[in-house]
Amino acid sequence: MRLSPAITQRLVVAFLWLLTAITIAILAFIIGHVLAHGLPYVTWDFLSRSPEKMGREGGVFPIIVGTLAVTGLAVLIAAPVGVVTAVYLTEYTRKGRLTAVIRFGADCLAGIPSIIFGLFGFAFFVIALGLGLSVLSGALTLALMALPTIIRTSEEAIRAVPWSFREVSYGLGSTRWQMVTHVVLRSALPGITTGIVLSLGRCISETAAVMLTAGSALRMPSLLGSCRTLALHFYTLSREGISMNMAYATAAVLIVAILAIDLTAYWIMRRFITKMS
Amino acid sequence: MNVATSQSEVTGPATPVGSGSHQAKIVVEDFIAFFGAQAVLRNIHLSIYPRQRLAIIGPAGSGKTTLLRSLNRLNDLDDDFRHTGRILLDGGDIYDSSTDVAALRRRVGTVYAVPTPLPWAIYDNIAYGPRLAGVRDRRRLDELVESGLRSAFLWDEVKDRLGEAATNLSGGQQQRLCLARVLALEPEVLLLDEPCSGLDPISTAKIEDALAELKSRYCVVLVTNNTKQAARASDRTAFFLMGELVEVGLTTQVFTNPADGRTGDYITGHFG
Repeated sequence: MRLSPAITQRLVVAFLWLLTAITIAILAFIIGHVLAHGLPYVTWDFLSRSPEKMGREGGVFPIIVGTLAVTGLAVLIAAPVGVVTAVYLTEYTRKGRLTAVIRFGADCLAGIPSIIFGLFGFAFFVIALGLGLSVLSGALTLALMALPTIIRTSEEAIRAVPWSFREVSYGLGSTRWQMVTHVVLRSALPGITTGIVLSLGRCISETAAVMLTAGSALRMPSLLGSCRTLALHFYTLSREGISMNMAYATAAVLIVAILAIDLTAYWIMRRFITKMS
Repeated sequence: MNVATSQSEVTGPATPVGSGSHQAKIVVEDFIAFFGAQAVLRNIHLSIYPRQRLAIIGPAGSGKTTLLRSLNRLNDLDDDFRHTGRILLDGGDIYDSSTDVAALRRRVGTVYAVPTPLPWAIYDNIAYGPRLAGVRDRRRLDELVESGLRSAFLWDEVKDRLGEAATNLSGGQQQRLCLARVLALEPEVLLLDEPCSGLDPISTAKIEDALAELKSRYCVVLVTNNTKQAARASDRTAFFLMGELVEVGLTTQVFTNPADGRTGDYITGHFG
């Protein structure tokens, strides 16, 4: 039996719509579930106080600070290195074996499970370099994890800048570096920002690598001291059966934080793009 | 500007003279250009004089644009480009290893076939070149922006909206913006690569008017696919065919009494 093209068309549209709806429904369910169970416990006290009795009582203030410190520092380290690498790969090298190897390496790095990064961070930063379980060790490990994403997305953004812009810049008497900073990076900034925000999301929700390198201390963090992040706190609270309510509340804070970061980045980009065009 | 001098130069040597000429601004000597293994320009000898507009005509693929882009080393951006021979600007070889290429491109500016405003404000587009050259003084930048826009006949249309995005201008305005952007650098030579190919007749006329004024201060080289434009808007014309310079002379002469039969055939539309 053959269906008429009009009916096929309708079936395809319905099918695509259904799949999209399922995806969104699952996402909404997860977020809704966490927020419904967690938000009632997210009070000012919860946000501003230190945890007590392993986190069964009290709040998560030092953990919020620890999360900001580890992920913020990680992105501060990874973003410049990643963007500079992307600039080098796209603007300063011809397509050749070396750049292919670097790109392949970056792609492989992106596929490595985070626990392996954690193990490496533990062996290298914590033990070999003697940094101990600390904010710095955790941030350096997360920076390594974030690097491939930042390099790849920055590369794509830089490649998307029209060749004619570069030619115009050279034609007006710019050096290569002036061309890169004034024209290429300026035009690629929204794309680069997206990549950095994506990697920030990956860092903030990381648990395994953080546990092995930054530890899980509940005190206020310092650069060379151990700390705990929200994702890890949630894992510990739920896994060790300390308090499901507090676990959900922590998860709610984490989700709201990630949403806030994404929306802020989106807003900045929108502003940037409308200003430019 | 002394009219007598300009007259003598226009009616001066009509055929390319060798490197001995002291009045040529640019002398191309035995220039051969390759992309990969393919020679796209063969044994070009050509002199370009100050305060004149030279039109370069010829069918597609004749090497016009390659020659133009060789004059300020824009071809260097292509990894496959190789050349032999010399190009002298005021007597100095621009392909010499000691040449400051950025400075060369400030002296020899280019307007491309497709208008390419950078995605910034009008003001920032024009001020970009001077800023690269190290001009920081706001008043000096304002002056250069205004004089560039005036010379490109665009000032009156944009003077009240210099902060708006250059990409919002019409195609013809964008091309005049590109002209103004080059003029703000106060170059010595102006290269135009089919600058009107995508423009309507009114915009084309505005660009041609601007070029007519500019020739009193600059040496202008205009690559064009439009022989009528070459006849209208140039003092001398060079005809290229398959990488060779067939003939060069006063525009009136090339168009009324060409020395080579192939030139006549092209101009009258028998091929190309």
